[in-house]
Amino acid sequence: MGTNILEMRSITKTFPGVIALDKVSLTVERGEIHAICGENGAGKSTLMKVLSGVYPHGSYEGDIVYENDVMSFKNIRESEAKGIVIIHQELALSPYLSIAENIFLNNEIKKNGLIDWNKTGQEAQLLMARVGLIENPNTKVMDIGVGKQQLVEIAKALSKRVKLLILDEPTAALNDEDSAHLLSLLRHLKDQGISCIIISHKLNEIAAIADKTTIIRDGKAIETLDMKADHVDQERIIKGMVGREMDNRYPAHETNVGGAEILRVENWTAHHPDDPNRVVVDNVNIHVRKGEIVGLAGIMGAGRTEFARSLFGKSWGTNISGKVFVNGKEIQVTTIKQAIDNGLAYATEDRKRFGLNLIDDIKRNISIASLDDFVKRGLVNDNEEFKVASEYRTSMNIKAPSVLSVVGKLSGGNQQKVVLSQWINVKPEVLILDEPTRGIDVGAKYEIYTIIQRLADEGKGVIVISSELPELLGICDRIYAIAEGCITGEVSKAEANPELLMKYMTTEKGSK
Amino acid sequence: MSITNEKKASFLDNLRSRLEGVNLRQNGIFLALIGLIIFFAATTPNAASITPTNWSNLVVQNGYILVLAIGMVMVIIAGHIDLSVGSVAAFIGAVAGILVVRPLEQDGWEWLPALPWWAGLIGAVIVGAIVGVWQGFWVAYVGIPAFIVTLAGMLLFRGLALMTLQNSNIGPFPDEFRAIGNGFLDKENALGAAIGLPEQYNGTALLVTLIGILAIWFQALNKRRASIRYSQPVEPRTWFYVKNAVLTVMVAYVGFQLANANGIPFTLILLTFLIVVYSVVMNKTTFGRHIYAIGGNLHAATLSGINVRRVNFWLFVNMGALAAVSGILIAARMNSAVPKAGDGFELDAISSVFIGGAAVQGGVGTVVGSMVGGLIQGVLGNGMNLNSVGIDAQMTIKGMVLLLAVAFDVWSKRRGK
Repeated sequence: MGTNILEMRSITKTFPGVIALDKVSLTVERGEIHAICGENGAGKSTLMKVLSGVYPHGSYEGDIVYENDVMSFKNIRESEAKGIVIIHQELALSPYLSIAENIFLNNEIKKNGLIDWNKTGQEAQLLMARVGLIENPNTKVMDIGVGKQQLVEIAKALSKRVKLLILDEPTAALNDEDSAHLLSLLRHLKDQGISCIIISHKLNEIAAIADKTTIIRDGKAIETLDMKADHVDQERIIKGMVGREMDNRYPAHETNVGGAEILRVENWTAHHPDDPNRVVVDNVNIHVRKGEIVGLAGIMGAGRTEFARSLFGKSWGTNISGKVFVNGKEIQVTTIKQAIDNGLAYATEDRKRFGLNLIDDIKRNISIASLDDFVKRGLVNDNEEFKVASEYRTSMNIKAPSVLSVVGKLSGGNQQKVVLSQWINVKPEVLILDEPTRGIDVGAKYEIYTIIQRLADEGKGVIVISSELPELLGICDRIYAIAEGCITGEVSKAEANPELLMKYMTTEKGSK
Repeated sequence: MSITNEKKASFLDNLRSRLEGVNLRQNGIFLALIGLIIFFAATTPNAASITPTNWSNLVVQNGYILVLAIGMVMVIIAGHIDLSVGSVAAFIGAVAGILVVRPLEQDGWEWLPALPWWAGLIGAVIVGAIVGVWQGFWVAYVGIPAFIVTLAGMLLFRGLALMTLQNSNIGPFPDEFRAIGNGFLDKENALGAAIGLPEQYNGTALLVTLIGILAIWFQALNKRRASIRYSQPVEPRTWFYVKNAVLTVMVAYVGFQLANANGIPFTLILLTFLIVVYSVVMNKTTFGRHIYAIGGNLHAATLSGINVRRVNFWLFVNMGALAAVSGILIAARMNSAVPKAGDGFELDAISSVFIGGAAVQGGVGTVVGSMVGGLIQGVLGNGMNLNSVGIDAQMTIKGMVLLLAVAFDVWSKRRGK
């Protein structure tokens, strides 16, 4: 027993309508680097939130045993006090404060009630040396790169006397050099007795650094692999992540592809708006035919959403270049309105933040993108609007007493149907659906798939962006894989399988 | 004990289901306004608050705030604020003074002949719109928060008002111009005399009131019929008739009182016109609907193809023009353009909007609600004056009313969750 620093026993966490974690157990030995793998939405982050107290004790079932004691954390502060520190993918640093100030934020070194800046600087330098960060501690965090910011986070964790460090996708935003430094730092910390849980999609890194790997799939812990003893390689991890039976969670669909090309994108490139030198979408070439459902597979951060949004009226990115053809005719699009007028529609992956006016009703949310169609003699005909919205309520099976119900009170699945109605009503040629089934229950997913297939049958082109492979395999006629902004593979329905796609999705630049 | 509790609960449930489809917040402040009027009718000496002259005063004294509140509620729904409207009103009053009244010793303006009153009026509104173009440019196209732009505008336009007036007053205005703020429709009661009405009743006022009531019923019934035809849910029938009957009685009462005084003030006609026009703008035009969408979720509005910058820009142009109308009303009522005009009016306008049910985060609010909110403040101030409540207590009470009205909103929203 004494060798284990952490034992999570049979953790179950449910959200209304969804079982996020189903009796997940996880054991981490002292001084071990333990990787957690799984697709987006498999439950990895939820498990870490349970561990760190974001979801307080009592909101889940099961026990957390840490250093041989059962823990009942009510918030992050309590777990940090015990030496469990989580570093999220989006770093939690204050950009306008210095490195030293960030390291000791909310943990300030005081003397007589005032901050002791001399000691702060001194201690900060010691910590920075431990993580190999060579900078002036008074430099503002905004002035150093992401890789160094990551090191500041780790130094901050060390200042809290961390015993179990949790890293969520630590290298997702880093270049190769910074990644290599970070990984060697983790090995170094391991030698000092600090245990580490690392969540990552970069399987080669996991294969290189982890002692053990636990694979989570659909909220269940599938297996824990001993990396050294079992000679585990990337293929083996992929098999664990995707190896699930394909049941009838996808409606049967007769594809009738063979129509004319409805969308063609050539040499599409876009740069990051905050960092114009960073290429996020790299020379993408794709096409979609009439009545075709095309998948765009990629892990989060691969540039899928960025590609879609840069295409949709340049609503993301700078220095965008490339050509777009709709129905064989090149279109010039610089605003979202023009994109809509040219037959494009984009339904966001984050419906609450980018998709819906949550305080308004269903009717007005459905009509907002096509409001001009309801105008008669300068005035919006709200009776007509009500009629159209009510028709969508019926045809899309939106479960609400009437279209005057406030959207914020609907379930995720019904909100998603409102988003889809909104975009179907602009009568587009091509619909880009970004993670159309994220965060909604299985039943609603099935309905969404049916709607997507109906759109294709009506002769529209549909692009489905998703990180859930089974979903893409279940409904798409053809799938592109995207990694680090590049299209890394294209497979037809016949030749597609999860292993192949996952391989394309984790292809790294230059290694192809 | 438990039985009465159960009874009570079932009665409340019953009531709640009956009130289904009734907008409690909107109707609530309307009831609060009526309650306030009754309260002051009962407490002021000789019921001074409900004398014909006082009703008349109430309208003309609050008109300029209410005009500001119309523009302000639109700005606030979109998630902005405008702190400059009081200063802009003063500046426009000064501009109107320059345009209409030719002051004898103005330096630099000698080339400009005195314009006819109506031309000066149009000119002043255009200058107001230009002020809006200025502020809208900074907010919409440069991206500076409206709080900052209009805080600067508050100083800037007060300064310009002082410069334009060279620290003195301009007046008096021509009679036609004054009438906008001080005049009454058919004050001589020509219509009443022609049809042989008793002298104390203004015939035109009674006629206008009647037309107004007919318009209210025509509009309400029409809307209800259209809604039913499209099988939209409507308010319960009883509630619909009770509500409009109460409204009718109120309008008839106020109209009758005004007929008993000098007749219908021009200010009221202008205000009614603006309320109707802007209610239509907010509910039935794409511009209005885009404003709600932007305030409700900026990102979603952008991704829906709404040109957010353009909407924000025109919002401020519109606010500038309405602030100009307000400035004209003030100058006309005081019969002189003074540098201190409109001091603090932005705060009254903002309070009106929030008492009227707008949300601080944007996305929520109505023109009519803001008018009721403004009237609550107006009736409160007027009643306290008549009760000889000191200015110190008045401020305290008005502050509490604003705070509690918004607190009630927040509280009821939280309970709704």
